Amino acid sequence: MNPVQAVGRSTLGMVRTAGAVALFAGRGVAAALSPPLFLGQLWRQLAQIGYFSLPVVGLTAVFTGAALALNIYTGGGRFNAEQIMPQIVALGITRELGPVLAALMLAGRVSAAIAAEIGAMRATEQIDALKTLSTDPFRYLVAPRLTAAVIVLPLLTVVADIIGIAGGWTVAVASLNFNGALYVKNTWDFLQSWDVVSGLLKAAVFGFIVALMGCYHGYNATGGARGVGRATTHAVVSAAILIFASDYLLTSVFSHK
Amino acid sequence: MTGPQTMGAAPKLELRGVKKRFAGKVVLDGVDIAVERGRSLVIIGGSGQGKSVTLKIAIGLMRPDAGKVFVDGRDVTRLGGAGQRQLATQFGMLFQGAALFDSLSVWENVAFRLLNADKVKRPEARDRAVAALGRVGLGPDVADLYPGELSGGMQKRVGLARAVAAEPAILFFDEPTTGLDPINADVINDLIVEQVKRLGCTAVSITHDMVSARKIGDEIAMLHNGRIVWRGPTAEIDSSGNAYVDQFIHGRATGPITGGV
Repeated sequence: MNPVQAVGRSTLGMVRTAGAVALFAGRGVAAALSPPLFLGQLWRQLAQIGYFSLPVVGLTAVFTGAALALNIYTGGGRFNAEQIMPQIVALGITRELGPVLAALMLAGRVSAAIAAEIGAMRATEQIDALKTLSTDPFRYLVAPRLTAAVIVLPLLTVVADIIGIAGGWTVAVASLNFNGALYVKNTWDFLQSWDVVSGLLKAAVFGFIVALMGCYHGYNATGGARGVGRATTHAVVSAAILIFASDYLLTSVFSHK
Repeated sequence: MTGPQTMGAAPKLELRGVKKRFAGKVVLDGVDIAVERGRSLVIIGGSGQGKSVTLKIAIGLMRPDAGKVFVDGRDVTRLGGAGQRQLATQFGMLFQGAALFDSLSVWENVAFRLLNADKVKRPEARDRAVAALGRVGLGPDVADLYPGELSGGMQKRVGLARAVAAEPAILFFDEPTTGLDPINADVINDLIVEQVKRLGCTAVSITHDMVSARKIGDEIAMLHNGRIVWRGPTAEIDSSGNAYVDQFIHGRATGPITGGV
């Protein structure tokens, strides 16, 4: 094939997909913001997406905080600035690693689960069945997941921030001879509310991405079991890429503040 | 505006000149078919002849590329959103694989429309679901099980109970006996006939099971190559004089229909 043609074709494909995702997102948001809402479904998703993600997010945060502390201590040591470690760890966790890592864990855990569940419902005609029972799948399936993820990921990020900083604290106190109380005080005095809030805003956007990718790929799954497998992979990969891309965009917007 | 002359005489459901193609391949090539109120129509035809697509277009799960769908003489082809959901309150459908919601218990499946679209209170919805289960020969002990715990035949019964629970005006059956042994298939056929009679509703089924078609249909139509090639009362199917119908109902490998696999 002519290389120009190939570039044109894949560009058209990307534009088409972007349009389809945008339309899907628009329908999902409209369904989430107008009645009838399925609060029972929302409640279930809050538990499913939020509560059951706590262990994995907590574990990721504690080890990341600990490793970050060690690395920054080493780096700081090159400028005789080891003592600034707690502040940098706190900044790194609240502004960047807390939201991004929580979002990535959710992309693995939740995007995949959503895509598999909705994809299987598509394959077994359960989505058609919803329509014949006068129930809009966007209201019943998509909206509760989008809403739940947008609410829950900032909350998980708060948890990740606290546990991540605690991970750094543990390493600092246990093996780097920091004073525990001073560590906490330095961190607290240094952090500005915007450090935390900007991270939570990011998290809300990431939550939307995680649920949207799961729903979109699951809803459009074709071709039985193989299609469901494909949808799951696409959901996780596209969610992860979009998380990183939007992370950069949001950070560059927020850092002007 | 394009509806038939008088509303009273309008068929319950009508497809007019319906065409559909997928990826360039013509699946429906101008399907014209109407069902009178209270009649049961069975559409027969081989695999890949467009039966499922016809049913999906009739119930509004898919839009035709050309042609129109009428319910009670009203053009419903381009309904969307709320209009479609409103229209669907008249419909009940039994899916080929039952399509039960596997995260919900049996009674929540049966009462799904009552709970979610009609906002009926749970105790009342449950009572109505148990009653509907009783009508398809399932006891109240089944109500709290999950679809995954049921056999294929029982899932079909639950699917039927769900389809009839809200007393629809039109029932759709997608290959109701596929995947069932002959005895269970006959049970489902009997239940279908019984429920359609009880509700006095219009029924549209698609099947390639001739035993089922004869039992549940007042009329039979044969779909071949995306068109209706024959239609008549069930009693006349053996004397249709149509080569396609003859080959199909006798299951012959040779005839005008060639290897549609």
